Amino acid sequence: MVQPASHDPMVPQVMRVAQAQLDAPDVFTLKLEPEADLPRFTPGQFNMLTAFGVGESAISVSGDPASGDGIVHTIRAVGAVSRALTELRVGDSLGLRGPFGVGWPMEELYGKDVILLAGGIGLAPLRPAIYRLLAERERFGAVAILYGTRSPADILFRSEVESWRQRLDVDVHVTVDHADESWHGQVGVVTTLLPRIAFDPGRTVALLCGPEIMMRFGVQALGSVGVPDEGMYLSMERSMKCGIGLCGHCQFSPAFVCKDGPVFRYDQIRYLLALKEL
Amino acid sequence: MEAGREQSVLTVAGVEALFAALRDRGYRVVGPTVRDQAIVYDDIAAVDDLPRGWTDEQDGGHYRLNRRDDDALFGYVVGPHSWKKFLHPPRQRLWSAKREDGETRVTADVTEPPRFAFIGVRACELNAIAIQDRVFLGGPFADPHYQARREDAFFVAVNCGQAGGTCFCASMKTGPKAEAGFDLALTEMLEGGESRFLVEVGSDEGRDVLAALPREPATAADEATAIGIVARTTASMGRAMPEGDIRELLLENLEHPRWDDVAERCLTCGNCTMVCPTCFCTSVEDTSDLTGTETSRERRWDSCFTMDFSYIHGGSVRSSAKARYRQWMTHKLATWFDQFGTSGCVGCGRCVTWCPVGIDITEEVRAIQGGD
Amino acid sequence: MAVEGLERIVRDHPFFKGLDESFLELVCGCAQNVRFEAGAYLFREGGPADQLYLIREGRVALEIAAPGSGAVTFQTVSEGEIVGISWLFPPYRWTYDARAMERVRAIGMDATCLRTKCEADHDLGYDVMKRLVPILFQRLQATRLQVLDIYGKPAA
Repeated sequence: MVQPASHDPMVPQVMRVAQAQLDAPDVFTLKLEPEADLPRFTPGQFNMLTAFGVGESAISVSGDPASGDGIVHTIRAVGAVSRALTELRVGDSLGLRGPFGVGWPMEELYGKDVILLAGGIGLAPLRPAIYRLLAERERFGAVAILYGTRSPADILFRSEVESWRQRLDVDVHVTVDHADESWHGQVGVVTTLLPRIAFDPGRTVALLCGPEIMMRFGVQALGSVGVPDEGMYLSMERSMKCGIGLCGHCQFSPAFVCKDGPVFRYDQIRYLLALKEL
Repeated sequence: MEAGREQSVLTVAGVEALFAALRDRGYRVVGPTVRDQAIVYDDIAAVDDLPRGWTDEQDGGHYRLNRRDDDALFGYVVGPHSWKKFLHPPRQRLWSAKREDGETRVTADVTEPPRFAFIGVRACELNAIAIQDRVFLGGPFADPHYQARREDAFFVAVNCGQAGGTCFCASMKTGPKAEAGFDLALTEMLEGGESRFLVEVGSDEGRDVLAALPREPATAADEATAIGIVARTTASMGRAMPEGDIRELLLENLEHPRWDDVAERCLTCGNCTMVCPTCFCTSVEDTSDLTGTETSRERRWDSCFTMDFSYIHGGSVRSSAKARYRQWMTHKLATWFDQFGTSGCVGCGRCVTWCPVGIDITEEVRAIQGGD
Repeated sequence: MAVEGLERIVRDHPFFKGLDESFLELVCGCAQNVRFEAGAYLFREGGPADQLYLIREGRVALEIAAPGSGAVTFQTVSEGEIVGISWLFPPYRWTYDARAMERVRAIGMDATCLRTKCEADHDLGYDVMKRLVPILFQRLQATRLQVLDIYGKPAA
C-alpha cells in the first residue's frame, strides 16, 4: 500500500508506474499513481524522483495540471538515475517528493500574447503550461509554440504537437537543427522561427525552456524584436540533491534554483547569465 | 532574559557538578578534549577530560597545541571541529526502503537523536548555530533531523579569554562575548593559578540547572574582571575582516583578477568547507543490497570545491578552481545575505588555520578591496 | 499595371520594407515574378549567382550534398525571407543548392542589374547593404548555435 504522507520532506512517497511510453530515443514519459495524496502542482514545477537503490533526480512535471489522472513525467536518460527511471515499466515502484519550485507565471499571461520557445527535452516542462493555455484559450492573446530539436527523431509528443498545429488559435512551428531525408519541415535553430509568427512585442510574454545556450540565444532574438526583458521567463537547470533549499547544490549566485526557481524572469538573472561558471 | 544581570561564580568543582547535573537531566555531555594533538569536541565525563593547561597556536595553515603556564580549562580558542558535527552530522541516514511481495515501503529514519549538552561553546559558534538555524529551520521546508537535535540541546557558552592568530570575530561582530543563544555562559577567571567562572544565565532551564549547583554570588570585582577579560580578547584578534560593504564589493568584482590569483594557490581540497561552522551543503548517496530488495539513502556533507558538486548532464558548471573558490567565498560573504539575511562568516578563523596553503579569507577580501 | 503590381509586391516584402520610393523604382527595374514547382532547384552549387530571391510563398531548402549522406538540409527559408547572398561578392557563384520543398513563388532580382544600380547610386547600395548584413549576421548566429549542437549527443 501507499505510504502515509510524511512530514519529513526528504522522505519520498512510493508511486507506481501506470503507463510508460517511449517518446524519442532515450526519452520516456511515465504516468505515476496514485496522485490523490499529492499536493496539486503548477506548470513548471518539478518532483524529485527516486529510482530505488540508484538515486534521485529532479524532473519537471510534463502532464496536465487539471487532469487529476496521475502525475506525468518525461525523462531523458542522461545519467545513472535518469536511465534507471526510463527503464521502469508498468507496475514498477519509484519514489517521489514534491512538487517543488516556482513554475511559469500563468496569471501574468492573461491578456498577453504568449510565445513558448522550447528546445529539445525543454518542451516537457512547458507542456503543462500549454495545457493551461489551451484550456483557457480565450483569456490570452496570440499564442505561439516554437519548438526546436536536434533531429526529427528527437521531437517529443509528435502526435500531440501535430494536434496543436491543427488548431487555428495556436501558431505552432517546429524546426530541427539537423534534418534527414524523411523531414519535410523547417530546418534551422529555433530562434529562426521568430519571424514566422505575429505578436505585439510590447505586450508579449515569452516562456523559454531548453539548453542554457539555446535560452541565451532565445532572449537575444526576442529582445531584438522588441520583447522586454521583464517579459521573458527562463527555466534554469542546476544540480539538485534535495529540491527544497537545504543541500546547497543548485545555487545560482543569490538564488536557489530549486526554491527561487526553476523559472526566473530574465531581467532578474540577466547579469548572472553573462558570467561564466557561476 | 529579563534577569540577565543575575550572575554567580562557580569553582572548578562547580563545573564538575554542572556536568553531573546535566547528565542527571538526561543530556549527553559533549565538550572540548585533547586528541590527536588537537582540541576536538567529543563526549566528556569529567573536568579531567577538558584540555586543562593546553592552548593552541594558530596561523594560516598552522595549528599547534602548546602547554600553558597555568591550569586554565578553556585556555584555547577553537579547534578543527565545530558543533555542526553533532547538530548536522557528517553522515545521516534519511530513510530505508524494502520491497516485499511487489510492494515497496519507505521508512523514515526515526532514530531518536541524543539530547546534547554542549560545553565550551564560543560566541562565534553560537552565531554559527544561529546562522544554521536560518538555513535549516527558516525556509519553507525545515530539516527535521537538525530540528530534533537542535531543539533539545543545552548550551554552556564560554567567553573567550584570548584570541587566536586567525580569529576575527570582533570585526564580524560575532564575539568574543556570547550575547545570546546560550543557557549558561561562563567567563574563566584565573587568579593565582585557580580557575573561577563567572556565570551568566541565558534561559529558564539554565537558571534551573544553576540553582542546584554550589556557587557564590558574583561581586562587582568579579564582573569587572570578566569585562576586562573580554575586552582584552577583543583587542588581540589575530585577523580582521576589512570594513565596508563586503557583499557589494564581491558581487561587483566577480571577474576581479584576484580570483585567478587565489586559484593558483587553492588546492580545492574542501578543508575550509569541512571546518567551517556554517557550511551546510550536503549530497545524498543511495545504497542497495545485491538483490535490490533493501535500499537506503544517506545524506553526507559535501563541498562546493568538488567537481561533482555542480555537475549537470554534460559537465560541471564550475569546473575551474577559480570558479569554485569564488563560489565559496562569495556565498559565504555576499550571497548568504540574499539567501538568509546575514553573512555566512562568523570570524572563527578555521578556514584560515586549516587551509593547507594558508589562504586567508580576510586577506582575499582586502586584496579585492585594494585592487578596486 | 503589371509593373505597379510588381512594385506593390516588392514594397510589401519584409526585405524591402520602408524602402524609399525612388529606390523602389530602381530595384523594381531588376525584378520579375518567378515560380518553382516542388522539387525544382532555384539554383545549384557552383552555378553563377545571378539572382536574389524574395520568397513570397512556399518553403526552400538550402542543401549541401555530402558524400555518403546525400543532400543535407542546413536551413529552410520561407515566405518573407530571402534566398541568395553570393551574388553580392566575386566570384558570384552559389555555394549550396536551393530546392523548392513545395511550390514556391518569389520575386527574382537580376543580380547584375542590382549590382550595377548599387554601384551607380551608393545611397541605394548602402541601403541594400543595411538590409543584407543583419540577415547575414542572423544566419551566422544560427550557424553557431547549430555547430554547438546544444541539445547534446543522444545518450549512448
